[in-house]
Amino acid sequence: MKRELLLGNQAIARGAWEAGVTFAAGYPGTPSTEILETLVHYPEVHARWSANEKVAFEEGMGAAIGGLRVLVTMKHVGLNVAADPFMVFPYAGTNGGFVVVSADDPGMHSSQNEQDNRYLARMAKVPVLEPSDAQECKDFVRLGLEVSEQFQVPLMLRTTTRLAHHKGLVHLAERTEMPRRDFVADARRLSVPIYRRQLRPKVEERLTRLRSFAETTPVNRVEPGDPAIGVVTSGISYAYVKEVMPEASVLRLGLTHPLPAQLLREFCASHRLIYVVEEGEPFIEEFIRSLGISNLEGKDRFGVIGEYSPGRLAASLGLASPPPEFAQEINVLPRPPMFCVGCGHRTVFAALRQLKVTVSGDIGCYTMGALPPYEASHTTFCMGASIGTAIGLERAGQERVVAVIGDSTFIHAGIPSLIDAVYNGSQLTLVILDNSTTGMTGGQPHPAAGKTLDGHPAPKLDLAALCRTIGIAHVETVDTWNRKAVGGALRAALAHPAPAVVIAQGPCQQLPEMKYSARVPFFVDEGLCTQCEACFKVWCPAIVRTDGGFPSIRPEECTSCTVCAQVCPTDAIYLFDAAQAAVS
Amino acid sequence: MKDGRVYSLLFAGVGGQGALLAAEVTALAAMRSGSDVKQTEVHGVSQRGGSVETHLRFGRQVWSPIVTPGQADVVIGLEKLEALRFAPFAHPTQGVILANDYEVVPGSVVDAAEHYPHHAFDFLRQKGYRLLVLPASAMARELGDGRMANIVLTGALSTLLPISHEIWLDTLQSRIPEKVRQANLRAFAAGRERAAAPQAFDAESVSAPTARRMQL
Repeated sequence: MKRELLLGNQAIARGAWEAGVTFAAGYPGTPSTEILETLVHYPEVHARWSANEKVAFEEGMGAAIGGLRVLVTMKHVGLNVAADPFMVFPYAGTNGGFVVVSADDPGMHSSQNEQDNRYLARMAKVPVLEPSDAQECKDFVRLGLEVSEQFQVPLMLRTTTRLAHHKGLVHLAERTEMPRRDFVADARRLSVPIYRRQLRPKVEERLTRLRSFAETTPVNRVEPGDPAIGVVTSGISYAYVKEVMPEASVLRLGLTHPLPAQLLREFCASHRLIYVVEEGEPFIEEFIRSLGISNLEGKDRFGVIGEYSPGRLAASLGLASPPPEFAQEINVLPRPPMFCVGCGHRTVFAALRQLKVTVSGDIGCYTMGALPPYEASHTTFCMGASIGTAIGLERAGQERVVAVIGDSTFIHAGIPSLIDAVYNGSQLTLVILDNSTTGMTGGQPHPAAGKTLDGHPAPKLDLAALCRTIGIAHVETVDTWNRKAVGGALRAALAHPAPAVVIAQGPCQQLPEMKYSARVPFFVDEGLCTQCEACFKVWCPAIVRTDGGFPSIRPEECTSCTVCAQVCPTDAIYLFDAAQAAVS
Repeated sequence: MKDGRVYSLLFAGVGGQGALLAAEVTALAAMRSGSDVKQTEVHGVSQRGGSVETHLRFGRQVWSPIVTPGQADVVIGLEKLEALRFAPFAHPTQGVILANDYEVVPGSVVDAAEHYPHHAFDFLRQKGYRLLVLPASAMARELGDGRMANIVLTGALSTLLPISHEIWLDTLQSRIPEKVRQANLRAFAAGRERAAAPQAFDAESVSAPTARRMQL
């Protein structure tokens, strides 16, 4: 059998393909993005980026009711956006298999909160599978689809960052083609109380049947070992347990909702002490305690905050001493992430800083506008929140409030708020950072990017026209690399006595068409440079200092965005070509 | 891999330096030589010019993809400050810190240039770490493109791991795009040659090159 080294997310995609999935939808979000980016390469699957997670979920719901096998993907907070259909779908039940991947991010590597979505699944009465390695990432998709069809219920595949973003060896198999199941018009799918009340007991009956299933499914398995200590674990934590406590007895739970009460009772009774090792909240632990079992340690020992690791586990068990710390003896400078060389967001935050306005930010690379040297973004909450927050700040008496949002985030969750700004008479200024992509997650197309996930051309949403249609009278589009134009547009928008929009346009430097385009780098003429420091204040990583104190532009990094040349008062920065010509 | 042990490597650098590719090539080479392999790194905002770390473990059976601090056989630092930051992952006596003699001042830290720890390698030597330092970026630049520093270091790393030269070359052949393949093969060879030289390790860290290979 062929083996390949696959990312957890790639394995999930492979699993979906092998299990006959034909429709997949999602919205980009770390750590889930690579699933659809992999799946789109299989011609049998239609994979798409939807406008947001709710839309993706509902499209998937329709496709599953229509008889297809479906995979829907999102990060943990994405499921909050899709919570509405997620909570209702289980009542009606599915037809074709439906698996939603919820990629949780303990440690908040690229997220605004820690959130254990197993609680959402419990609330929705939806079963949860948690794989422990890349092979299971693949296998559990098929299992999930089968369980979904057997119980007519949507199923959650819960991953965490380390599982989604680790690579392991995976055995590959061939695809099973699944015939489309017949669609039957059914009153179950009508959200009217009379039907819902009939369905409500059925939801509980199904959960009871799933509980029996949990007692016997082979993915909940006991690995006998030391009778003194038993470990109950799930997900990637299982790998850490095997690493740190190779002798321990282990109950590995692959299905963590609903939990197998009988299996847990027996396991806990046959060991003197039980450790519960699970990343995130004490989901399993609380259930075991609810059974009246008390010979266990969980979050009190291993902690509830952040990501687990073998080192952390060993330290919690008193098996390891902490690693050496050098910070007292040598300056281990931090290296936080920052805007890329040539990033179009720089000019906007430089101008906002200068204007001393109150800025409500949003979710994307531009959250970094809150960090030094800009410190020009004052709130960030969740997708699309910049506009609503700005409206509220304004009502609370803040003057000159600016909301800043990316193009993808605006389409995802900003449009209704902007409509509200017009409807309820706000005066906010909205800056749409239009870089033609979903930048932070690595460059995924969206409805205003002009193409779909599979690279096909698509109708391009005109953001300026959309804003005008909503009722914004003042909409100005500027070249984001033109400092003066950006500053001028912001001032004009702030002066406008009604909501106004500035669209700062310029493609993300990480897009292939930008990254691999031939560019002539800029060059510093030391004969003209007065070391006034203006160009350093652009904070471009390509500008470094020479031993003589002059700025120098790394030619292999320069994107020729021109911003440093615009700020130079003595015109000492110009295109390298021109410098070469002058020399010869 | 004939022996049952698991090798733990940590690749550290600045976003965009190619730590991920170096780790991937090593992972594929380990896989070709019959090992179980696990690798991990974090994607998303962490990659925007910040520090990046990739963990790689291979051997007969690997459970965790994450390397435990103090247990890495080799910490591969593509940049000096990052080598310093991740040095505590190296095993204090048996581990090797394989580092590029190259500095990237953190752009988003105010006054970083004044406080940059230029003496990081000497500091680590004083702490008792075994260092193998190469001017990988300069070597790569001489070969045509400074961005191949990651592959120069991979060449140096190849002398420390029980994976055959043939497997390394096969892996590079299949993984590196044709357009830049020959240049990268030269970069790999240059790193390998430099690390194999008797004087490659700091004299005070390790006495002879023969002492290092299978000690890992």
